[in-house]
Amino acid sequence: MIDVAARPTPAATERTSWWRSDGSEPVKRNLGLVGVLVLLLIVGMVTRSDIFLNGNRLWNNELTVLTQASSIGVITIGMTFVMIGGGIDLSVGALLALASVWSTTVATQSYGAGVMIFAALVVGTVSGLINGILISYGRMVPFIATLATMVAARGLAQKISGKLTQIVRVESINKIAEWKPLGIPLLVIIFLVAAVLAWILLNRTTFGRRTVAIGGNPEAARLAGINLRRHTLTLYALSGLCCGIAAVMVTAQATAGSSDHGNLYELQAIAAAIIGGTALTGGRGTIVGSVLGVLVFTQIYNLFIVKNLQTEYQLIAQGIIIVAAVVIQQFRVAALRRPAPPGA
Amino acid sequence: MRTDDPSRRRLLFGGVALGTGAVLAACTGNSQNNSSNDSGQTKVNAGDNAAPGKAITMGFSAPAADHGWIRAITDNATKQAALYKDVTLTKVDAGKDAPAQVAAIQTLIQQKPDVIVLLPQDGAQLTSAGKAAMGAGIPVVNLDREFSDPGASRLLIKGDNYGMGLAAGQYIGAKLKGKTNPVIAEIAGIDNLPLTQDRSRGFRDGLAQYGLKVTNRVAAQFTVQSGQDVTANLLQAAPKIDAIWNHDDDQGVGVLAAIKQAGRSEFFMVGGAGSLDAMQHIKSGDSPLVATVTYPPTMASSAVSLARLIAQGKGMSDLVELQVPKQIVLTSETITKDNVDKYLPLGFKS
Repeated sequence: MIDVAARPTPAATERTSWWRSDGSEPVKRNLGLVGVLVLLLIVGMVTRSDIFLNGNRLWNNELTVLTQASSIGVITIGMTFVMIGGGIDLSVGALLALASVWSTTVATQSYGAGVMIFAALVVGTVSGLINGILISYGRMVPFIATLATMVAARGLAQKISGKLTQIVRVESINKIAEWKPLGIPLLVIIFLVAAVLAWILLNRTTFGRRTVAIGGNPEAARLAGINLRRHTLTLYALSGLCCGIAAVMVTAQATAGSSDHGNLYELQAIAAAIIGGTALTGGRGTIVGSVLGVLVFTQIYNLFIVKNLQTEYQLIAQGIIIVAAVVIQQFRVAALRRPAPPGA
Repeated sequence: MRTDDPSRRRLLFGGVALGTGAVLAACTGNSQNNSSNDSGQTKVNAGDNAAPGKAITMGFSAPAADHGWIRAITDNATKQAALYKDVTLTKVDAGKDAPAQVAAIQTLIQQKPDVIVLLPQDGAQLTSAGKAAMGAGIPVVNLDREFSDPGASRLLIKGDNYGMGLAAGQYIGAKLKGKTNPVIAEIAGIDNLPLTQDRSRGFRDGLAQYGLKVTNRVAAQFTVQSGQDVTANLLQAAPKIDAIWNHDDDQGVGVLAAIKQAGRSEFFMVGGAGSLDAMQHIKSGDSPLVATVTYPPTMASSAVSLARLIAQGKGMSDLVELQVPKQIVLTSETITKDNVDKYLPLGFKS
């Protein structure tokens, strides 16, 4: 939790390298998640050595994990911004569905790939703006406002599609999921570029600093001259834009638009952000942590299918990881808050 | 604090938003999507029974369409009823869950229709509603999801989930006969539904007749996205596959997408349900999908026809008996390239 008014601690001023920190938290706090990922890979190596100890197959498998993580990853990045800013966005899955359906109607498809992508991005962003307006100008609680748009957007998506699966006939859209420049799937590249841009936005711009400030202490941020309403509006629009990007990715992967797309994405994104160290109360969170959080969940999913195990165990494992991650964080936060021992 | 004039910015931004909204609304409608071509999904035979009889009102209730198959059920029932001049169809909304549908049926009973066609949210939970209608003298045609008490319906007409798995298992078994240790993958639907368990049991039994068994099993959620997701991972788990059975053609769109994205083609695939899209793939041979086993939503059309006969006290013309039978289980048919042309009119839009 950052306190805007607090003077910088000696530790913070010492760290002046470019990699000094990520969202005002030490990079090494993410080491725990890296450890979990390594542990999952070791489990894979022990139980399915034919895949995890074979260089070529391991590479292909991990590219699959990254590809399957890409759309929820982009959504989680948007969610991380909203949560650091002290809000929550429950509508992400429904906005994804709405954007995918809107961009794959027969009429939209007739205009070609460019218009389809544009439509998805605009629908996502505008829906995000509606969230933002409801919350910052309508003074609604984020949980309630985005709950409402979640239900409404899913319903609108069902209305537009007539609950049919809208198969994409525009080949260049489907190619997005097939194209692998330099052997790396384009979807993975989109995910990585989004993550890098988000990292810069959060850690190297006033926008990022203000986001942390608003989430940490809105009153102090307001007194410091930050326009709370406009900033909140931008955060939700950003999350909506991420939904639009993810909608294009999912549509390409599924070769269809559907009102069923992005089912339970809101919970997956929140869970990934939380195990990545984002505080539900705002003011704290990192992009690297959220990306790692997504990868942990996707890797578990992959491991269970590769080991031919039933999915219920995987749900149990996910629950345990969420609890473990949050418990560990609380210990760490408690340790950070303890006053330095005399003489240290 | 920035000192830009906020009103000018707002004006500019609002203009852009309005403009794009108008453009989107103008050019992204879906009108062409609904012109479905399903001339083969409803049918009135020539013969004595087709002649208009006593005018009847028919109650109909099915869960809201969340899936291509359920949507086809409601569409087919509506269209079939429209083919009969003597049938007035009263549709009641099934609501969100079983209790809501129970309430809807109670309201329907008050209106005293001559017969009720009911696809329950949940067979067991709607049994009491079926009994209440029967008790009020209204025959009930139980569509697909079976009541827990046979006394709650006059006629049960349903698909054959076990038979569907059996047909898929037998088809794959026959094609792989003689192969040593073939890799057979199964992509199930929602795993905790009885229908999924029945399909999987049938599939195991069908394969067992050829001494084969399922080597990799994954479960999706009947949605395109989940089909793509489980298949992408499945293809990593098994570097070489001989055959795949996918329970559901709706999620099959995603399954085929994942196969294409992974560039795999060493196996053949069998689908389930019989959607139009799957049949078109089978016909054109542009994908590993070579067959699909049916679970036809045309059963709704048949249910409406039979409900009409029940209400008018007529029997089925090919049977000697004077009344419609008590139970009809549709057979699951295997559609391949050889017979796909015959089935294409029955394919439903997923």
